[in-house]
Amino acid sequence: MEFEILTYPDERLKQASKPVEMFDQALVEWVHAFESFMRTQPGGVGIAAPQVGRFERILIVDVSGRKKTQSNGRMILINLEILEWDGFALGREGCMSVPDYTGNVVRAEQIRYRAQDEYGEWKEYESTGFEARAVQHEADHLDGLLFLDRLVSRKTDLFPRKNYS
Amino acid sequence: MSDLNWYMLTLVGKDRSGIVARITQALFVAGGHLGEARMMRLGCNFGVLLMVHFPGQVSDLEHVMQSEADALGLRLHVDAIDPGLHQHVVPDVAVTVYGADRPGIVAQVTGALAEAGLNITDLQTQVGGTEQKPIYGLQLEGVAQNGIEALEQAMQTLKADGIEVRVQPIDVLIG
Repeated sequence: MEFEILTYPDERLKQASKPVEMFDQALVEWVHAFESFMRTQPGGVGIAAPQVGRFERILIVDVSGRKKTQSNGRMILINLEILEWDGFALGREGCMSVPDYTGNVVRAEQIRYRAQDEYGEWKEYESTGFEARAVQHEADHLDGLLFLDRLVSRKTDLFPRKNYS
Repeated sequence: MSDLNWYMLTLVGKDRSGIVARITQALFVAGGHLGEARMMRLGCNFGVLLMVHFPGQVSDLEHVMQSEADALGLRLHVDAIDPGLHQHVVPDVAVTVYGADRPGIVAQVTGALAEAGLNITDLQTQVGGTEQKPIYGLQLEGVAQNGIEALEQAMQTLKADGIEVRVQPIDVLIG
């Protein structure tokens, strides 16, 4: 299976994706090939199906290869629903669909969400920090949003001042 | 767009409203195409660096921009450059420093960081507080070529000198 990353300003990246309704062997094979492709990409911690031109609500996130990072391991997230958000954090993001561009984005620090795996089974997850950021970044692709749509000033301090009264 | 005919245009002077709009309009009318740009206000002074692709020589660009610069009270300087676009270096560490203002803080901090392997990609400083009690803040980003631990170690000496220093990794998510 061949995959090619769509890059901005390709208008297709700005469209909303549809829910997956049919869970069959073809979907399983596509998701596994998609995962292999993701792991060959720079960063390689997350990808959304619309980034390769499949406009269905399919995400893969796996930040388990990073040191000191909370992780649920490999997650196939189909028809993702974010159930709860908590806190906020500023972090630096880039995107395979926006090469050579990074910027600061505010995301929820902690999220609770549910999604179906490639076999259609619903699972519930909680993520904090980098993994939560990755899930929210990829989820945005499903609604036609890029991190460019959420940029805040690069001058903004990246690190929260938690000790201020 | 070719790598030829790229220039770095520098304008410096007293700040006033509308400078950026007038300068960029004059460049556009003259056939210039902007690359990356940084504008800053330091104290009450305006400064901007503009990468410009322009169909002509340094003297031609100076000629078309000089009258606008004069009208705005700005000093103009133009250099021919290699654009080097699409080659951004992604920083992996941020350093924040603050303390009572005194001569030599930046030299002391950046000297120690350079020795510990930091390649600075972005730096900004600010003088705050009051005239009687000025405080100094510095924020920089860079690539820790010898690892972040080496920078943290180098900063320990400065902390002993009473300078507040924070070294934090920048985790860039590429999704």
